[in-house]
Amino acid sequence: MLLGPSLTVSVILFSIGVAGVLFRRNAIVIFMCIELMLNAVNLSFVALAQQLGPEGHAIVFFVMAVAAAEAAVGLAIMIAIYRHKGSVNVRDINLLRG
Amino acid sequence: MTPIEIAFWVFAGIAILSGLLCITRRSPVGSALWLVVTLFALASIFVLLDAHFIAAIQVLVYAGAIMVLFLFVIMLLNLGREGPSDMLGWAGRLVMLAVGVLLAVELWVLGGVTLDERIVQGGQSVGQLAEQQGAVGMISEPLYRTFLVPFEITGMLLFAAIVGALVLAKRRL
Repeated sequence: MLLGPSLTVSVILFSIGVAGVLFRRNAIVIFMCIELMLNAVNLSFVALAQQLGPEGHAIVFFVMAVAAAEAAVGLAIMIAIYRHKGSVNVRDINLLRG
Repeated sequence: MTPIEIAFWVFAGIAILSGLLCITRRSPVGSALWLVVTLFALASIFVLLDAHFIAAIQVLVYAGAIMVLFLFVIMLLNLGREGPSDMLGWAGRLVMLAVGVLLAVELWVLGGVTLDERIVQGGQSVGQLAEQQGAVGMISEPLYRTFLVPFEITGMLLFAAIVGALVLAKRRL
């Protein structure tokens, strides 16, 4: 019976991801923290699927597909920003700030 | 404590520890490699939770494809060397403290919740289902029946992502 412990670990990993997004200024590390949060959510889906049937596994499959698409587009944006600004620090990315 | 629980806590400890190391390493390459360790520990936890196919694609897609893409971009942009710290100062630490308190409150609330009867007892356990239909066959049923339309939309999404990444990263079309 690993449902309770799994949800606890999921909450902890999600909070680590949130802390990383708030704490870091390197845009690529922020992206990695988002991946960490997606994985924490996947863990809670898998833990609940163990009790409720394999539909949760299908949802995890979709989450992974969305994460892959997000990483591809996001990293392409990073490359474009680096070419434009010479840095991926979010402090230097202030085009829309006005 | 059963052996499965011991294994679970070992892998959970590895996942949390390397997650913390991932957000505190100064060099992005270090962060990426610790994130890979977290993903592998999570894949082991998925195996303990009877999700063998998910564990396999976790290693193949996440640790194999997505993290290689991250490392490739970090090295392409030459960010691997240790630069000045990009972490926030005391304001950021206050926010971290707030997140920590929030987490503690959340855990406290979660501990008090009584779960639905159906969740605790479960219908047919996924472990039995995997033995009957196989680890992949078990997922194919909901994936191609219940979630057929989302599955097709996922294909469109991936196609759009490929085109979008090409358009963004190409210097001149």
